[in-house]
Amino acid sequence: MPPALLAQRIEKRYGRTLALRGVDLEVAEGELVGLLGPNGAGKSTLVKIACGLVRASGGRADVCGSPAGSAAARASLGYLAELFRFPGWYSADELLELHQRLTRSTGGAAERLELLRLVGLDAARHTRVEAMSKGMQQRLGIAQALVGGPRLLLLDEPTSALDPVGRRLVRSVLEGVRNRGVAVVLNSHLLGEVELVCDRVAIMRDGLIVADGTPAELARPRGVEIDTDAGTELVPAARRDDVPRLVAELVGRGTPVYGVRVLAGTLEEVYLEAVGEATS
Amino acid sequence: MSGVATVMGYALRESLRRRVFVIVLILTVCFLALYALAAREAFSEVTEFRGVVDEQERILFGATLLGLAMFGTLFLGAVLAVFLTLGVVRGDAERGLLQPLVVRPIGRVQLLVGRFLAAGAVCALYVFAVYLAAVAITDAIGGWSPDRLLLPGVSLAGGMLFLVAVSLLGSVFLSATANGIAIFMVFGAGLVGGLLGQLGEGLQSPTLEDIGRNVSWALPFEALYQSGLSALTEDTVGFAKIVVNLGPFGGARDMGAGIWPWTAAYTALVGVLAAVGFARRDL
Repeated sequence: MPPALLAQRIEKRYGRTLALRGVDLEVAEGELVGLLGPNGAGKSTLVKIACGLVRASGGRADVCGSPAGSAAARASLGYLAELFRFPGWYSADELLELHQRLTRSTGGAAERLELLRLVGLDAARHTRVEAMSKGMQQRLGIAQALVGGPRLLLLDEPTSALDPVGRRLVRSVLEGVRNRGVAVVLNSHLLGEVELVCDRVAIMRDGLIVADGTPAELARPRGVEIDTDAGTELVPAARRDDVPRLVAELVGRGTPVYGVRVLAGTLEEVYLEAVGEATS
Repeated sequence: MSGVATVMGYALRESLRRRVFVIVLILTVCFLALYALAAREAFSEVTEFRGVVDEQERILFGATLLGLAMFGTLFLGAVLAVFLTLGVVRGDAERGLLQPLVVRPIGRVQLLVGRFLAAGAVCALYVFAVYLAAVAITDAIGGWSPDRLLLPGVSLAGGMLFLVAVSLLGSVFLSATANGIAIFMVFGAGLVGGLLGQLGEGLQSPTLEDIGRNVSWALPFEALYQSGLSALTEDTVGFAKIVVNLGPFGGARDMGAGIWPWTAAYTALVGVLAAVGFARRDL
């Protein structure tokens, strides 16, 4: 089974600006990968190359084994752009019907209702897009991206207009589609959200991936905190594996232990370390 | 092909929903009402002056008025063609409307073909219908109908298809506003070229005639318009024909049968250029 997304040494040049400088990224089926980085790092460009909206200047990108941009690749993916708009005169149901025809989906009304239910818009299925809030349109955009059962879902800032409840709903949608074997690339600035939902995180800076791993792998250990009757003691060099030994030593010395915490750097700290002060 | 039909349906619905379509419809009703009023006044003035309208006067007034109506129809059709297509690629991409469609497996060429067929159908049917309405008004009020009933309307419709293709090509490279301005300048250049040709004919200036002819071939919507005007009085002879030919909206020039394959090939070439440009464009 080919990976859902395979990017090898992808380069993109806009005039004199090198937006991507040889990016390698592999996303397996059913994997949820968060793409982080400051504005201008190349995240959206990478996603657009995978969609076929932008042509790479060098390297190769495959979607489910087909060259990115080919009809077969486009048939395998769903995409929600960061800046998107749907025609205002379409109802939610009509918009999904249009995309069903474009993807040649045979799901019919049942698929449309299921998708609208998934994003909490089943009550608004006959509401026109122009009458929807930005948050509702964003959720509709996610439903649109899921039409036809894509194997790869590419989402560029899908929660930027959502309130906390909407974000939680999207997180649960993403977990649901991942559990069905759909690979997801989530491009976001919301570190907490990425940390909560993603299996793997890739951090980009200046057109390169500068860090890649699971949130746990990326989080740098910061020691172990132990609560005793003498107060809280920090053992900076200790890791999770050292906890049984540390506790045994303390108990052996007759010191009661009330709590132990393994400290790790947050994703935000890892991110800031990776990108430095870079911002747009 | 189903992808083209889907895009066509989407674009047709968009065309009919756009405010410009309603505005053009309102303008059309006003235009036809004014045209009916003008035709009634023109024919009744002659009747009052002479008691009856003889055949030569009927041709002269009928052909001139209908030529005027064709000019108005061409202009309204051009407005429709430009506003329905000026932002199809770059404009829609900048607004974020295009990306959700382009990532689907239909392909960019099919998308462009669907948009062309939809806008072309709306504009061609529109000018043909308005032309027929003007013919019906002229016949009802003045008792005159053109020598070739359908050909002038078909010529206008053919001109619309060319303008739609050029506007689509412009939309690949230019922002919506810039494209709109550019296409109206092209439209104006065509009309000016046609007028220069007619002036050259009247003044017997070969240079002006050459300019007019070259402009007509370079911008074949103008050539088709001229041919359509010519078909209004194709079988007419005598004094009326001479006077109609001298008028600004009268006989004009028949560009010959070659104008049709030329326009078709030219439109296809414009379409290919648009498709190549669109295929290479980052969105």
